[in-house]
Amino acid sequence: MEQFLTFFFEYKEAIFIIALSIFVGIEVISNVPAVLHTPLMSGANAISGVIIIGGIILVGHADLSKFSLDLILGILALIFGTLNVVGGFAVTDRMLEMFKKKKK
Amino acid sequence: MDKVLGTLNGIEFTVGDTLLELSYLIAALLFVFGLKLLSHPETARRGNLWAAGGMGLAMITTLLLHKNSAGEGISITNIWIILCAIGVGAAIGWMVARKVKMTAMPQLVSLYNATGGGASMLVALLEYPAAMAGDIQSILVTVLGLIIGAVAFSGSLIAFGKLDGRVGDIMKPFMTYINLVLMVSTLALAVFIVISPNPPSEMMWAIYGLTALSLIYGVMFVMPIGGADMPVVISLLNSFTGIAAAMAGFIYNNQAMILGGILVGAAGMILTLLMCKAMNRSLINVIIGAFGGGGAALDREQGNIKEITLSDAAVLLSYSQKVVVIPGYGLAVAQAQHIAHELDSLLESKGVDVKYAIHPVAGRMPGHMNVLLAEADVPYEQLVEMDNINPDMPNVDVAIVIGANDVVNPAAYDDPSSPIYGMPIIDAHLAKNIIIMKRGMGKGYAGIENFLFFNDKTRMLFGDAKKSITSLVSEIKSM
Repeated sequence: MEQFLTFFFEYKEAIFIIALSIFVGIEVISNVPAVLHTPLMSGANAISGVIIIGGIILVGHADLSKFSLDLILGILALIFGTLNVVGGFAVTDRMLEMFKKKKK
Repeated sequence: MDKVLGTLNGIEFTVGDTLLELSYLIAALLFVFGLKLLSHPETARRGNLWAAGGMGLAMITTLLLHKNSAGEGISITNIWIILCAIGVGAAIGWMVARKVKMTAMPQLVSLYNATGGGASMLVALLEYPAAMAGDIQSILVTVLGLIIGAVAFSGSLIAFGKLDGRVGDIMKPFMTYINLVLMVSTLALAVFIVISPNPPSEMMWAIYGLTALSLIYGVMFVMPIGGADMPVVISLLNSFTGIAAAMAGFIYNNQAMILGGILVGAAGMILTLLMCKAMNRSLINVIIGAFGGGGAALDREQGNIKEITLSDAAVLLSYSQKVVVIPGYGLAVAQAQHIAHELDSLLESKGVDVKYAIHPVAGRMPGHMNVLLAEADVPYEQLVEMDNINPDMPNVDVAIVIGANDVVNPAAYDDPSSPIYGMPIIDAHLAKNIIIMKRGMGKGYAGIENFLFFNDKTRMLFGDAKKSITSLVSEIKSM
């Protein structure tokens, strides 16, 4: 119990953010038409590439004086994250472009 | 930038620190607005760009302004390495996204989801050694990020393989038990790591073991899932990637990551539940995979299968007033979307009203049929959602079912013993005539007998959908 209370207190801001973002996430995409299911999923997927910030911090403060497996894995994480972000947004854009074209 | 503005909890903060947090706030707001705009057809494209802008902003400010706990910024050499890595990822990501065929979009979305999960897994794996021994809170979020990221990574790769036709559905009854064992051992090892008082350097074997277990679980979890269940799993994996990113946000106490991740997690979860609802099944039911086979009342008399010739089909269609096309995964497999559009334009030119009826779980991912038909330039107005077309079905002269099965199975209404009983379907059976294009008499994914095929109004047109429609088009043209 004490452990739980400490956890809550230490992370109280983050827990508020979580609670509110769950609500926002649900609210924002409710009533989305079926035609947008794929682009919405793909766009959201690109947003989850926000993990790239973690990759930047990780490699940004990595010790470069010696070669390490960690550095390689960190760079791999960065490449993966960028693929997710750039690829995700680009695919979504292309899909939506296609939807737009046929609308007129 | 380095000007000290004041102190908070005994730590000095500078102009740069403040600007960084401010940029995270703006990025987070752009994510929210972007997602909001993405859920409306007119604004979707702008929404996507807004979210991308938020991401770019957060990346640049992190690169320039982030400091570690010792107060050191990112050095210039590190910046170069980061830019190179980002350059490589961006070039590949952009090129593949632009060059790939439109019909390969669903698998590409899965592939990019895998990379996001993989990045989360790697970040958690690399941050673990930095945790303090016994610091349950930070070890907990690290371990959660690792597990969820790893499952999203390997699971999405398998989903990619399935959508791309490289991996088949492997479903054996005993796999449910293997998966259960895998899940329990993964969780047990995770708990062991979290509560262990040992410093992380002594626990590396356990963290590598956990990574391996989670990766295997991801593979085993998606392997048995196929058919109409795929849309559920794909949006679930999408949701996982978001949650994994949010867990990493906890490690860095980074609000933009937490908000962005949870936002995606929640949105993905809603989409997942929406897909479940479209199949009248619970999420647990989909994951455990208690689907298919048995159940259906086979003692009912089957009646006869009646085939239709191409010329009869051509006449029937040409002299109809209302035709509804019900596409399914078979349309995607046969790549028959372009020729289907040719058929509908041909019929429209003869004064026939043609609509497409889209079931929410038709295909292998949410909105699969919409993307497929959009690629063939089928106008937006011609696609009608299930709930809007069903009241009109009794007035429809011909319903053409192309490569769909379970989503038109009337057992959903009248056979309580059927596994799909209660699932909302497109009421093809109410149409005056039904033409079913099928490769053979195989059952649908669910392995359930479809009594629509034995309906008196039903005529079967066997063969590859693309070939059948092509011959049908030339038959109508020659009339």
